[in-house]
Amino acid sequence: MYYSPQEIIETIQMVRTEHLDIRTVTMGISLLDCAAADTETLCGRIYEKILASAGRLVPVCETIEKELGIPIVHKRIAVTPIALLGGGIPPEGFSAVARTLDKAAAVAGVNFIGGFSALVHKGFTRGDRDLINALPEALAGTERLCASVNLATSKAGINMDAVAMMGRIIRRTAELTAHQGSVGCAKLVVFCNVPEDNPFMAGAFHGIGEPETVINVGVSGPGVVLNAVQKCPSADFGQLAETIKKTAFKVTRMGELVGRMASERLDTRFGIVDLSLAPTPAVGDSIAAILEEMGIQICGAPGTTAALALLNDAVKKGGAMASSSVGGLSGAFIPVSEDAQMIAAVEAGAMSLEKLEAMTCVCSVGIDMVAVPGDTPVETLSALIADEMAIGMINRKTTAVRIIPVIGKKAGQRVEFGGLLGTAPVMAISRLDSSRFVGRGGQIPPPIASLTN
Amino acid sequence: MEDSKNLRAVITVVGVDRVGIIARITAKLAERGINILDITQTIMGDIFTMSMIVDLAGAERPFVEIRDELTALGQEMGMEIHTQREDVFRYMHRI
Repeated sequence: MYYSPQEIIETIQMVRTEHLDIRTVTMGISLLDCAAADTETLCGRIYEKILASAGRLVPVCETIEKELGIPIVHKRIAVTPIALLGGGIPPEGFSAVARTLDKAAAVAGVNFIGGFSALVHKGFTRGDRDLINALPEALAGTERLCASVNLATSKAGINMDAVAMMGRIIRRTAELTAHQGSVGCAKLVVFCNVPEDNPFMAGAFHGIGEPETVINVGVSGPGVVLNAVQKCPSADFGQLAETIKKTAFKVTRMGELVGRMASERLDTRFGIVDLSLAPTPAVGDSIAAILEEMGIQICGAPGTTAALALLNDAVKKGGAMASSSVGGLSGAFIPVSEDAQMIAAVEAGAMSLEKLEAMTCVCSVGIDMVAVPGDTPVETLSALIADEMAIGMINRKTTAVRIIPVIGKKAGQRVEFGGLLGTAPVMAISRLDSSRFVGRGGQIPPPIASLTN
Repeated sequence: MEDSKNLRAVITVVGVDRVGIIARITAKLAERGINILDITQTIMGDIFTMSMIVDLAGAERPFVEIRDELTALGQEMGMEIHTQREDVFRYMHRI
């Protein structure tokens, strides 16, 4: 026999009972050749380019799913940051571009399109400023559009004017989508050191160093890792890391296979496999459950950060062996609303915002899908963003904030976003005042690269 | 690229044992021009499990159609039949 029955059964079980899936096949599309000085021409070119490039994305992925017997949960599109194209159009034109992207995504059959984005880590262009100002209405008026803003890098420092601005923009987005649990904020993420080839939403966009079109793949598999960890209850950390590495290798190989097949059939380049462990609300498909299986009573207890560090590193080591090109975010995600066990940890009082912040030092991405009370001052939102940007800047890693101030809700309540975005417990956030700090404005300088101790 | 040239599939069949399971499935494969390269079968308790490696190079229909036909045949027989490209197993279990 080419394969042992155990090998065949292991693979089938991974899909059937452990939720192994390909989380996303994301097609990156350059829109740089669509730039125009009037809104109508810009929108027309964008629409045509997206559908010409990604028209076959969904059917091709559906065929691959059937041939391999592995679900591809999301098919998505990421485009060039729109702020780069919109410098020539009037400010109100950005809403029209947002609607065009949303419509193109719907016609292509994808559930999200990313790239309503600006990179402002060192300052604003006119297009950047107009795009950011247009964000609340763009997110409130669309269904599939995802937006991101890069506020900081390790080379440039943190643009604190942009940090202050994003606090206000997030609040305004929450207000405009208040009737839907402030869901607009779930489609808006701010970054430090944003990757240009990330296939995961809401932060995906097609970076300027990327080719014309590209296929990037995000794998998943917390359930598979959990099952592997469950099989070695008394292993020491060395053995535990080894087990996770082997499992991550297998999971990533599926991403590599799907990426190669999809790019070949779509006649485009295969970009990267993103090794992120992405949870879903399904029982057992949880990062928190893996940490608890390692011996943490409830996620958030002392030891959680160390457990996450081990998990994150072992996944990368196993995954790096499995793929010819690894990129994107590549780390464990800890989105609160998308991880049933993480929600339980928050509701048990074990997990706080401060502990989540500590965990972001050792994994990707950051404060992700966290709901806070709707009356949180905008300066507090900005200050929280600044903290997270500082962690990324100093540690030369990606960090992000996707926070939802849920209008009308208080700490301890729940908010239902529906669909893909799950349910979030509203978490307590410090009531201390950070407004004088945020109000200073300017740029926090980047760290010195020597003197590393 | 090697993936597109490799037209082998792994078929797994699981269900309650009875007379004629292999006969029906292999008859369907022969009818569609599919060659069986390897086959292993066992009974655990009264559960029948079988895996086959087959070559679809001579098949007269596209992979997905054959997969759907086999899935339907499985439903008819009260068995679970999975048909997956062999690449899945090669990628996962062989370096």
